[in-house]
Formats: sequence, structure tokens, C-alpha cells
Amino acid sequence: MSTRSRGRDRTNEIGLEFTDYKGRPTSLCQGCGHNSISNQIIQVAYELNVHPHEIIKLSGIGCSSKSPAYFLGMSFGFNALHGRMPSIATGALMANHHLKAVGVSGDGDTGSIGMGQFKHAIRRNLRMVYIVENNGVYGLTKGQFSATADEGLELKYAGTNEFRPIDLCQEAIVAGCGFVARSFSGDPNQVRELLKAALSHRGTAVLDIISPCVAFNNKDFSTKSYGWGKQHEEPLHGLDYVPIREEIYIDEYEPGEVKQVELHDGSHILLRKLEEDYDPTNRAGAMSRLESALDQQEFITGLIYFDDSRPSLAETEGLDDEAPTLVSLPDEKLRPSREKLQDVMDSFI
Amino acid sequence: MGVRERAAEPAPAGKPEQEARINDFAIVVATANGTGSQTSNLTLLRALFKMGIPVNGKNIFPSNIQGLPTWYHIRVSKDGYVARRETSEVLVAFNEATVHQDIKELPSGGVCLYNDDWRSVPERDDIVMYGIPVRDFLREVGARGKFRDRFTNMIYVGALAQLLGVELDAIEEALMYHFDKRRKIVDPNMEVIRLAYEWTAENVEKRDPFYVEPMNETEGLFLITGNEASALGAVFGGYTFASWYPITPSTSLIDALTAYSKELRVEEDGTPTYTIVQAEDELAAIGMVIGAGWAGARSMTATSGPGISLMAEFSGLAYFAEVPAVIWDVQRVGPSTGLPTRTSQGDVTFAYNLGHGDTKNVLLFPANPKECFEFANTAFDLAEELQTLVLVLSDLDLGMNNWMTEPFDYPEEPLQRGKVLSADEVDKNWGRYKDVDGDGVAYRTLPGNENPLAAYFARGTGHDEHAVYSEDPEEWSSNMARILRKFETAREMVPGPAIDDVDGAEIGIIAFGTTQPAIEEARDRLVEQGVEASFMRLRALPINGEVRDFVERHERNYVVELNRDGQMHRILQLEMPDIATKLISLAHLDGMPLTARWIVESLQDKEMSA
Repeated sequence: MSTRSRGRDRTNEIGLEFTDYKGRPTSLCQGCGHNSISNQIIQVAYELNVHPHEIIKLSGIGCSSKSPAYFLGMSFGFNALHGRMPSIATGALMANHHLKAVGVSGDGDTGSIGMGQFKHAIRRNLRMVYIVENNGVYGLTKGQFSATADEGLELKYAGTNEFRPIDLCQEAIVAGCGFVARSFSGDPNQVRELLKAALSHRGTAVLDIISPCVAFNNKDFSTKSYGWGKQHEEPLHGLDYVPIREEIYIDEYEPGEVKQVELHDGSHILLRKLEEDYDPTNRAGAMSRLESALDQQEFITGLIYFDDSRPSLAETEGLDDEAPTLVSLPDEKLRPSREKLQDVMDSFI
Repeated sequence: MGVRERAAEPAPAGKPEQEARINDFAIVVATANGTGSQTSNLTLLRALFKMGIPVNGKNIFPSNIQGLPTWYHIRVSKDGYVARRETSEVLVAFNEATVHQDIKELPSGGVCLYNDDWRSVPERDDIVMYGIPVRDFLREVGARGKFRDRFTNMIYVGALAQLLGVELDAIEEALMYHFDKRRKIVDPNMEVIRLAYEWTAENVEKRDPFYVEPMNETEGLFLITGNEASALGAVFGGYTFASWYPITPSTSLIDALTAYSKELRVEEDGTPTYTIVQAEDELAAIGMVIGAGWAGARSMTATSGPGISLMAEFSGLAYFAEVPAVIWDVQRVGPSTGLPTRTSQGDVTFAYNLGHGDTKNVLLFPANPKECFEFANTAFDLAEELQTLVLVLSDLDLGMNNWMTEPFDYPEEPLQRGKVLSADEVDKNWGRYKDVDGDGVAYRTLPGNENPLAAYFARGTGHDEHAVYSEDPEEWSSNMARILRKFETAREMVPGPAIDDVDGAEIGIIAFGTTQPAIEEARDRLVEQGVEASFMRLRALPINGEVRDFVERHERNYVVELNRDGQMHRILQLEMPDIATKLISLAHLDGMPLTARWIVESLQDKEMSA
């Protein structure tokens, strides 16, 4: 099956220790869901033998956006502006389309101030993992409602939320996203497998991870709390990521019980059927399932929608995986010849 | 041949027996937007240029796709003056909606070519009127639908060519250029022009003094818009990434960039050496530019006033996180949406400090297409060497109008990529924001650098020399002091002022950008009035020592600019508080390019009261 951790005191296949993937000590609250996600990112990078210099970490502003400082300390990072992480990511990834990007945002950063950039990055199919650490509140400014807060939610300082929540998975699908997943920071195994698959996706992979705010929104009646998540999480399927070089043993499962999805880099994700027979390749079905989940306050998790038929932005711009990156081009390729300049000037009257 | 049978209307008497005015007058063509008149106007402009006569064309157009009035001004000047003039002696009145006002504005002794089909055309006995039977022409050439408008505009080209003496060969050459040598389009247009040319010869008795004659003053020059020159400069300046959001008057810069890049920046196997992304708004456009700059691209955007308002947030990030980025601000009239299709120099103070907190940006001020080309490269060099945002302040007049230019110089210096460390060069002592050389500019690394010590976390939040989050007062202030030191370094790196000193002159004129032609003309007129003035054209901010020396050398320094508040005047006063009283503001903004007359009169007024 999938690669397992070779133990924290040993090295992975590229000779790095687990601690090499760590970042600085977290300054987030103890018990914050975001820390758990950071740990899964560390784990995944270690298990997948990722070279730290091949990854860039990106974020906006907010508690979630601080977290890239707390993982992959040997990777470059850019803590951008509130809601503007996608545009920084777009520029960086067009300049160097060989980089793998992990973006971390929050529900305020993505669902409010950054909704435009979120949807347009998806529309262009920028190849990046876009994680939303979704807790329904603004933590750093002390607990105001975000756009994903439950309708009718009562919080000590913020009062009652009068507005319908925005479902970021729905928004992603509407914008044309080909990898839409929801998970729960209290379900590290699922987070990890989804992260691995997301890193292999051709375009934008959105992970909407419910990540409770222990300071301002963790009462059991909130759908963004640990208590709710633990009690109500309904995985649509079991998830196993299979790296490129490993063989897939489907015969471990009953016929019809497992769906195999091939990812852009040749790796696979195996979806084990649980209670319902869910097809993540049906766009209308995905929207409909999300709609009913929102109405019923069902906490469905897993790979909600998948489609990798559309090219990534770099591919659209003529930069396929093999093309050299723009930043690697020698200067002489960036300045046409003296004769060319003369030709252009001669073409004017 | 209905047209030829018809005689021209007897026109009111013009001023008889005037001395011929050869190659020294201005033409204004009044038409409606969206009728194809731009083709006709450019054809006239280019034909005059091909005759070797110095010209400049200015399109005074509305914010509209079709229907609103538009005026095209052509200055014909044997002396080489290319600034706007307040009055034009030759009027082509081909817009019924504005004909009353257009004729009213003609100076005495002027000429009006008008559409003779109109019922009501005001009469003046101090101008010469020539009526053209447009409807008959259209019937004769069988023009239908959209061709009616297009051919109508070719009729005045033909008539004016006959009246002024514009060579038909030059017109044909201009049309061949405009329509990319497509004879199928050129020929029918030429037919209309010839018809009008011949009809005018046979039916109109020339009673005005305005003529053009071939000269040899445009040899070796060519006509280009500033935006095209800027785009070409970026292509030869090694840009690799651009992002933008459409806005007048900068859009044609990116259009040109796209076209030149496809032509000049694609490898033999079809792989581009650039990417251009049309963003969802200006926030995203500058964000992408900064992301690319951080990753090591020579990265740019082009916008105008409302766009830089939106870019203010990211500008501060580029300044503080020290990311190379270039913004072309092709200025239009603000505040707010303002006059979207009119020119100004109104963004100087805003651009200089674009971003909240203590932000200072490097600004470049191209004055002509040649500098647009050159500064495109200079801006990238400075942005990468200083690791900061550089704004190039062009304007609508420069960007969208056609200017005569000498050939551009091929950039001889290699691309200046600044202090970038490779994997081999990073060691334990390296810190992203350490001032190793004392010039305020630290060494940076680029994402993808394989050295395990090379990575850092770029951020807009307070940080120490290793880019680690810090709220320490000492670290904050020393970092900000270093960034300021970088600005001092910039003073001697940016293009210095262009100075034309007159020995013993008490008066100095200080300006920047496209007011240059008007100032040069004004200085000649002032000499005729016995007033000598030196001239210093600023090409960048921050200023260097030469600027101060110039101000000190002159008793009274007039800072001429196209805005209401005298923005450059204020900046210079703040830069040189001890000699601030030597600086006098001459600022004006009504949406039109400055004229020599305004400068002479305003300066003389101030001199009187001095």
C-alpha cells in the first residue's frame, strides 16, 4: 500500500529526516486545528520524498496564513496580503512552473476578501494545492463571523449570524475546479491522503478543511467545532493514495467496492466505497450532494469532485511540464537581436 | 459623373491676398467617434511625415465606442515644434453635432472644409469656407452601410490633399502602411481620395494661404506611439512576465507587448519565453507581477490612475518585502474616473509614496518614445538591482499619440539582475535582509535554489535580517533605516536630469515627461521677448545632486506640470527645504496637453509679479 513513515528518527528516500520538514515553533493556540494540518503537510512531504526546494508555501493573512512558517522550514515561502495569495502564487508559478505550490488560506481570506482571486485562480486552473483552514470565524481580530459561519450560530462576542454560509466547495466547483475535497483537521489520515493526491493534481486542488478555532468557535453546536466534527463526519469513501512507482492491489477489495482515479503525474487515488455510492466525477451530482449536505448540516468529507481534463494555466500558456521555466532562461534568450530591433523599426513609417 | 457636374457653392469671402503659410500651421479634424476617422487622420499625418515635414498628431477622443465627437489635431511645423497649439487654422468640420462650435473656434483667417449637405452651417466672413458635396460622392462610389462613414472620411483626405498640396503618392504609401499592403482595401480608399482630390482641383478656387511643401526634416525618423515603444522596450529589456487589467490609456501598451512577444520572444519549437496573464482586476495584476518578481522574473504591469489606486496595497508589499516589480502608469485625468481619455501628470505624488506607512518608490519619467523604449529596460534593471517597485510615469498623450522619433539604440549593457545568490554562493552567514555592502541592498535568493540554507519566508510583516517574523522595535527601525539607505543608493542610479543651461540666465524651467515640446517652444518665444531660461528635465525620482545644483544656480525656478496642485513642485520643495522659495509652481490641468502659449503667458505673469 501507500508509503509509510519510516520513523521519525530515520531518513526518507532522499536522505532527509522528518525534522528537516519541520518549520518554526507554532504561535497558534494550543489545540488549534491548523497545527494539525501543518503536521500532516510535514508528514506528507516526508513520506513523498519531496525536495524542500521544489515546494513553495504561500498564504494570505490570518491565523491560517501564519501557519506556513510552521512547516517545511527549508522551503521558500511568501506570506502575501489578505485574500491575495492566489495572485502571488500565479506570478510565482508562471515564472517557475516546475515548483509545487502549497497555499494555505482561511475562510475569511478566501470566502470574503479573497473570493475573487480564489475563483479566478481556479478558473485558470493554476497548478497548486489550495488549502482553506475553515473555522467560520476571524480569530486574529477576536471572533467575528466569517462568510462560512453557520446561519443562526450564536457566539459570545459576535452575537447571532443572520446570513447563509458560503460553501467553498460549491464555489470551487462553480469556478471550474477539477479537484475539490472537504476534510476535517480531526481526521489526519484523510487529510494526509487528500494532500498527497492534491500534490499530484494537474491544476488547482482545493481542500476545504474544517479546522476548529478553539478560542472562538468550538462549542459542540457549531459545525466548525471538534465535537461536531468527531460526531458528524461522514466520509463519502475511504481514501488511499498510491505513489507512481507502487503497485496497486485492488484485489484487497470486493469487486465494485473501489474506484481508481489516475492523477496527472501517474499516481493514483483509490476510493473505497462506504455507505453511499458516490461518484466524484459527476459535476452536477457533486453540486447536488453539497447542496443537500448544506441543507441538512451533514458533514460530508472526501474527494467531492474530480476532473483533470482541463490543462493547467502553464500548459495553456505554452509551458508544459518539460518546457524550461521562464526564470531559468539565460539572459540572451530574453533579448532579441540587434537585427530584430532594426527590422521592427523599419516596419514603421 | 454627378459629382463633377456640380459646382462648389460660392463661399463667403476670406481674407484676400495673404502671404502663403507654408509648413507652419495646425489642422483640426472634427468627426464622430467610431466612424473610421482615425484611419483618415493617421493617413494625413503619415503622408505629411513622408513628405519630410515635421508633424505631430494628437487624438482628442471621447470615452465612448461610437457616436460622440472626436477631434484630431495635426501640427505641421517646419521648425520642428510638436507641442499642441491652442488654435488650429485649418478645420475639417465633418461632425454636424459640433460644427457650430468648431467654426466659432477658428481663428480669423482660418479655413473650414465642411460637408455641404448640411442644412445649417454657420457663416463667418473672416474665414474661408469650402463645402464638399459628400452625399454625391458617396452615391458615385456606391458606398453603402459602414463604408459610407469610412469613405466620407476619405473624402476630406482627398480634398485637403488638393487644397494644401499633400502628395497623393505619400497618401498611398500611408494607406499601404495602415492596411498592411492589402491592395483590396487600399485601392477603393485611394479611389475615393483621388476623386475628391480631382473634384476639388476642378471645382474649388483656393482662397486660403495654407500650403505644405516637401522638406527633408524627417529623414531617418519614424512615427510611433509611446505605448508601442514601451512594449518594444520591455521585449528587448528581457521581460518574462506581465499581468494586466484593461484600462484606457494603457491597454494599447499590453496589446503591443502581446503582438511583439509573439513575433520576437518565441523559441523555434514554439515555446514562449514570456507569459502574459490578463488578470481579474488590478489587485491581482500587481499581485501576479510581485509573485513573478519574487520568483526571479523581470515582471511588469501597465495601468492608469484608477489601477494604481487599487495597486497601492501591493506596492507597499513590494517596497517592504523588497520584491522587484515594474508598473507602467500611463496617466490620465483623475481624481476618480476623471477624464478617462484625456492626458495628465496627476499621479506624481501618489505614485511616489504609493503604499501606506513610510513608502517611497522610484519613479521614471519618459518624455518621448525613445525614452519609453530605453526606460522599459532601465525600469527592470533598477527594480532588480534595488529590489523594489519602480513606476514608469508615462501619459495618455505620449502613450496613445504618434510621435516622430529617432531610431532606438539597441541596449548594449547586459541585463542587470541585481544581487542574486546561486546555490553555491549561499552560506551560513547569509541573511535575506542583511546589508552586507552598506548600500542598503541585501542579497536575495530565488525559489528553487537547492541550497538548504537558501529558503526564506517573504512577508509584509515585521521581520529580522533572516526574514523571521519580528515585532522588536530595534529590528523594525534598523530595517526601515536600511530600506531608506537603499533609496539614497537609488539617487545616483536612476537616470539623471537632462539639463540645457543658458549662461547667466536667472530663470530656470523645471519639467518632466511630455511637457518638453511645449517648453522648448516656449523658451524660443521667451527669447524673442528677451527672456532667457535654462531648462532641466527631470527623468526620475528621487533627485540627485545635479537637480539641487540647477536650482541653486537660478534665481527663479519654474516647475511646469500638467496637474492642478503642482505635485512635482511640492516634492522638490520637500527635497530641498532650504532653497524651497526658489521654486515657483506653474501647474495647469484641463485634460489637454500644455501649450507653449500657456507656459509663456503664465511665466511672464509670474515674472511681472515677482
